[in-house]
Amino acid sequence: MTYWIGAALVFIAALGAALSPLNEYFFYAGYIVLTFIVLATAWNILGGYAGYVNFGTGAFFGLGSYSAVVLFKALEAPLAVQILAAAAVGAALGFAVGIMTLRLRGIFFAIATVAILFIMETLMVNWRYVGGATGLQLLRPEVMAPFATYTRMLFVVMAFLAVLAVSLARYVQVSWIGRGLRAIRDSEEAAECSGVPTLRLKLFACVVSGALMGAAGAPMPMYLSFIEPASSFSLNWGVSALAMPMIGGTAHWIGPVIGALLLGSIQQIVTVTISNEINVLVVGVLLVLFVVLAPDGIVGLFRKLVKRR
Amino acid sequence: MSFLSVQNLSKHFGGFTALNGVSLEIAQGERFGLIGPNGSGKTTLINCISGSLRNESGSIRFNDSEISKLPAYRRTRLGIARSFQLPRPFHTMTVLENLLVPTAYVVHLKDAEGEQEAMEILAAMGLADKAHASASQLSQVELRKLELARAMAARPRLLISDEAMAGLAGAEVDEVLKILFTLNEKGITIIMIEHIMQAVMRFSQRVVCLDAGRIICEGDPASIVQNPEVQRAYLGA
Repeated sequence: MTYWIGAALVFIAALGAALSPLNEYFFYAGYIVLTFIVLATAWNILGGYAGYVNFGTGAFFGLGSYSAVVLFKALEAPLAVQILAAAAVGAALGFAVGIMTLRLRGIFFAIATVAILFIMETLMVNWRYVGGATGLQLLRPEVMAPFATYTRMLFVVMAFLAVLAVSLARYVQVSWIGRGLRAIRDSEEAAECSGVPTLRLKLFACVVSGALMGAAGAPMPMYLSFIEPASSFSLNWGVSALAMPMIGGTAHWIGPVIGALLLGSIQQIVTVTISNEINVLVVGVLLVLFVVLAPDGIVGLFRKLVKRR
Repeated sequence: MSFLSVQNLSKHFGGFTALNGVSLEIAQGERFGLIGPNGSGKTTLINCISGSLRNESGSIRFNDSEISKLPAYRRTRLGIARSFQLPRPFHTMTVLENLLVPTAYVVHLKDAEGEQEAMEILAAMGLADKAHASASQLSQVELRKLELARAMAARPRLLISDEAMAGLAGAEVDEVLKILFTLNEKGITIIMIEHIMQAVMRFSQRVVCLDAGRIICEGDPASIVQNPEVQRAYLGA
């Protein structure tokens, strides 16, 4: 109950901010941080809970973006429909990845997800309808009332998706599904022999994770008023979506949120004050530091502190 | 009606024949010993029974229903539980949480009931004081007990103990043996795979010896040790 009140408050605060005269840049940067919360949370359902490391977040994210663009170009579908369709496409790709877990584990699974990323990018580069390698300029539709600008509206939409993603991840973690996924991460064979339907649970985790990543990608083209394959399917999405839960802590749903808020904000600040290129370096250095010094992330550090008292 | 019936089971790994037409019958409540030199197919056989591996030909019937096409988790739900030769604890969980996986997924107990049952099992295994310790902090003998405890939490009718005593000292072997005897007295059928001859011979009512994927002899413990085939398989004479 406390959680739901908190979640509602966060969303209302986001809505309130969007209607206030706050500087436009806040929403421009905030949108990206919120996107990272969705991606990191989605990644953690499969990578953190079940232990299947996915480097192909960009494949789901980019495919979500392209699904939205196709629907927009062909039917002028409204944003909500674009998001739902992107989630469905992400879920379908997630299902395919889930089938892959039958054969591939550990590092081989991770490599396969990178391959999927490149396949998706190549497909879009060669698809004329969505602009091929040069991409497509998009004209934003009229902004809906009560929002003053389109970016503010997208900020609220992404805040909603973030609350939804975190609530889902939290449900998965505390329910019987979460215990099964943890068992799979620790030993898949022992899990199966303890009655855990491993394939079904892995498919579930892949589908939910994929759907959320796809949904997170859908509003991106409208945010940029532009879409092109190289940035949509960038490996950076995958690296960030992996680094954020690792830094925040993978065992608890709050971990990816903390990681995304921290890393996402640092990235935005670095982009403005130093340069866009340093971003990747920041992620890399922090990831190495945490993996070596605090493998259980910030949540793990916090727990250790509490225990010591 | 037979309890567990294995007929003509075969399994190959590439060109290697791990099991070659193995057939055996196990009665309800039996203490059954499975012996054989390294690489003779003991673990492959129980992997096929528990569902970790699929057999290529032959049949496995449990309580008169064919189970050889079922995934492992369905077999566990039917009542076949196993321990692993190399302990495979859920190492990020506590000892108690390890047992809550089967109580939730096999017996479908709510957490409170599951915890109660799990604590009873841990007490019987002598692990009660470790219930809230992380499974990654256990000693070898404790890990072996955890393997058995987790298998027990699935409320099995058939328990397969895969070298639960390998590498344990004399007193520890006795301790694990005592646990297995107690479980059997409660009506649980037990298949014991073991290299420690003295333990298998003391425990089993009937023993089967595998060599190169075939059953070379079957009988009561006393006759097995006398069997020339067994002596040849073990000593290479």
